[in-house]
Order: sequence, then structure tokens, then C-alpha cells
Amino acid sequence: MTCKPEEFQISVLAGLLNQPHINHVAVGAASPIPGAAALLAQQLGGGRLDVTIIHGNANNAFTDGGRELFDCAGQGRIDAFFLGGVQIDGQANINLVGTGTYPDLERRFPGSFGSAYMYFTVPHVILFRPEHSRRVFVEKVDFISAPGISPPDVHRPGGPKSLMTELCLMAFDGARGRFRLVSVHPGHSLEEILDNTGFSFDIPDSVPETQAPSEAVLVQLRSVIAPEIAKTYPGFASRVFAITPEIREFEENVR
Amino acid sequence: MAEIQDINALADRIPDGAHLALPPEYSFVPMQLVRCLIRRQARELRILCVPLGGLAVDMLIGAGCVAEIEAAAVSLGENGLAPRFTDAVLSHRVSMKDSTCPALHTALQAAEKGVPFMPLGGIIGSDIAANRPDWRIVDDPMGQGNGRILLIPAIRPDFAILHSPLADRNGNVWIGRRRELVTMAHAAKQTLVTVESFTDTDLLADEKTAAGTLPALYVTALAEAVGGARPLALTGCYERDDGAIAAYAQVARTDAGFADYLARTVGAHAPEAAE
Repeated sequence: MTCKPEEFQISVLAGLLNQPHINHVAVGAASPIPGAAALLAQQLGGGRLDVTIIHGNANNAFTDGGRELFDCAGQGRIDAFFLGGVQIDGQANINLVGTGTYPDLERRFPGSFGSAYMYFTVPHVILFRPEHSRRVFVEKVDFISAPGISPPDVHRPGGPKSLMTELCLMAFDGARGRFRLVSVHPGHSLEEILDNTGFSFDIPDSVPETQAPSEAVLVQLRSVIAPEIAKTYPGFASRVFAITPEIREFEENVR
Repeated sequence: MAEIQDINALADRIPDGAHLALPPEYSFVPMQLVRCLIRRQARELRILCVPLGGLAVDMLIGAGCVAEIEAAAVSLGENGLAPRFTDAVLSHRVSMKDSTCPALHTALQAAEKGVPFMPLGGIIGSDIAANRPDWRIVDDPMGQGNGRILLIPAIRPDFAILHSPLADRNGNVWIGRRRELVTMAHAAKQTLVTVESFTDTDLLADEKTAAGTLPALYVTALAEAVGGARPLALTGCYERDDGAIAAYAQVARTDAGFADYLARTVGAHAPEAAE
């Protein structure tokens, strides 16, 4: 069964969430693929994983307003979270603000959202940035929305653990402040990753291929997860899974 | 006692230069009131996004109403970058105070408690903090071994504005689970509310509705505005009009396209066209 890049990414991210110490994953703004991954991991784990998708009321049990996500993370009740970046550097610093010399930017992006806090408080942060290019993966970010590592005199229970792109999966070692290549996605090569990465990273002697989703997982994704993520991200769902507003309305009426 | 009046009279309460707190896109945005502010050519507004900005902020910026924005991010969500915001920030036509979501919530929580500042974890080492001379990083004053910590000054906006499905005749406003609206109202000097409709039933009389109600104690004035959050969503009333917002994201990329949008949907002139 062939799968789209988005479906591949969703299934790999879901696999990263399938760990015994991850009991609650939260998904922030503008994150349809991480949102679908969290729901898929919940489904594949038989409902063991708690999922909170902020923005909207679907899959969101919070009742204390916008601050509850951050309060919940500060209390240590969120085990995993996703962040991205316009730029990400080799020390896992992320930039969500813009390129150029702040505040005289050349390109402006929306802003840092809650990254500067979630990166410190959530133990298992997964960096997700599909575009794997030297434009994104730079030696040093132009603006640090949130730093990858902190000095010992800053309280920091959380931080980056993984980086997922359209080419590969990497792990981050907080003690050394370096990424390590974990696996290369099918159809791509180490050379391609080196050509498109602006920072140095560790390369083990043997690098496996990232496991593609099984047919059973794809069926679950398309039949169960697609209509669920459409409640939060209708545009994404209709583009990737062809969930149209008409289908959504029909399903809601059937329920 | 909260006053019930016409929406234009409500908009006239907000003077040029006011510091105005706005809810995020998914939550009770008073779009009709924003359109009234644009029509009356409000100027030099300082906008506080709680904590994210979207269509409302982008339109206010494009219409020349805004001097300063403070936000954790401004975008049109699934419809991409906010074009007037992006253009205005890159050309320094508005001043942008970059923040992060929990810092904005914390600043309003400090204001609602009446304390001058509150501590917040994380954030140290971010260039957000490096570019905020109004924030302070101090050694943990309680000596509990947590190292350095960030202090965020209280923010007390002149006005909080919001649009709700329902208020009662006493001015009690239904907000459901969107508690950031309560925090906004507690922190602001005045709160102005538009509603889809008024009910004769006292929302505080029943525990079930009282728990999701912003009491009139915090509300200065209200106005009826049917469809007052459109084209954004209003929980339990109507969905976000994705087509309309996608069309906006497209046309508002150019000055001319935005001016045409304002003329068609607001009946107002963009600043260039008005002069």
C-alpha cells in the first residue's frame, strides 16, 4: 500500500510517542501532522495515551482557558509535546520569529508561541520540521525563540529528544548538545542528508532505514484518525485524506 | 451596573491610543466591534493579543489603527501568515513586542491579583527575554535551589473586548470554558462585550450557567451584534468561514487588494485611500 509523505510522517511520529513513560501528549497551534500522530498513537495503544489538542473543543479536555496548557506542563503533567522552527540549529535552538538581524528582519514569521516555556517544562519534546534544507537546518539560528540547552543554574526538566524531517529521524543528546542520526527514510540517503544539513551531527557506523507504516496502521489512520483530526484541521484533512466538509457533515449527522 | 447600548456607541468608548486586549482567534473575537473601530478610523491603538493574534489584528493594522502590538504570535492559522501584520512589522510601521504565550497569561494574572509582577519558569536564554527590557531575570529569592527565574510585570490594559453568544439583562456574560476571557476582564480597567443575544434569565441564578459566566461586576457596557464574530467561529453558534479567511489571506497580500477588501466588507477606506 503506497502512502503519502504526511501519512509516513504521522506514523513515524506516532511510533516516537509509544514509550512507557509518555502518558500524556499535548499538541499546540498549527500542528496537524503532530495532532494526527498523537491520535494515532492513542488508537494504536488502545487508548492508554491521553491526548490534548489545544485550539477548539475536539480532543481537548482543558477547561481553564489558554493558560491551562502551560500550567499543566509546569506541573509536570505533560510528557510529550511537538515544536517546529523556521530555523533549527545543531544545538537544537529553534527560531519561530524570522530571519535577519532582529528586529531588522528580512522575513517575518508568526512568532514564538509558547515554545520558550514548553521546551523547558516538557521532558520529551519532538522537533518536527518536514523541509530538510540548509535554509532550515543552520549552523546558528538568527533568533532563539527557545534554546536547546540551558546552563546548570536554570531549572529545566524538559527539552528536545528527537528531530523528524522529510529525510530522516535524529536524536538529541542534551548533555553533549548534539544531534545523532537515527534512521534514514526509504528512498533517501546519508549523502542527501549531509548535503542539506547546515550543522554537524553524529553518524553511527550503521544507519537503518526508518520503518514505513504497515497496511494495518494506514487503514486505521485513514478510517479512524482522518475524521477525528478533521474536527481540528479541516483544511489539512481534506487535502491529505480527502475529508470534505460534506463528508464531515454526513458523519456528524450519522452520529 | 453594566450599560446596554448600540455597538457604535460601544466602539466610541475606545479612544485613540487605547491599550486594547483581544482574545485569540478561536475564542470569542468581537469582529463586528473591530469593524466599527476601523470605520470610525481609530488610531494609535496598542493591541495586546491574549496570547495570539489573527484576522482582527491583521485588519486593524492594515486599516492604520495600530501603533503597537504585543503577542506570542500573529497568523491566520491554517490560512498562513497574516499579510498586513507581516508587511507592517518588516517595514517598522508598527512596533512589535515579541512575547510568548505563558508570559502574556502571567502578566494578566499578576494584574488580576493586583501584584506588580509574577515569576515564570523557562524562557531564560531565549532572545525573547533578551529583547524585553521590561522583564527581569533574578536569582531565586526564596533560595530553594531553582537557580535564576524570570519576572514578568503585570499588564493592565485599558480595555478587554470580546464577543459572546449570550448575556443576561444584568450584563452577566456567558464565556463557557474560555477562562482566559475572565482573566482578561479581571486585568483590564474596562471590559466591553458584544453578544449574539440577550436572555431574560439570570445566568448567575443556576449553578450550571454561573460557573461559565463572567459576572457583570467586571463588564462596563454591552451591545447586541448578531453574527458578531463572523467570519471567525463562535462556539456553539457558527463555524469559521474558511473560504472567507482563505480569500482574505490571498487579497490582503497587496495594499490595493486589502483596500478593496475593506471597502467591500467594512465599508471603510484604507489609510492611503482615505487621504
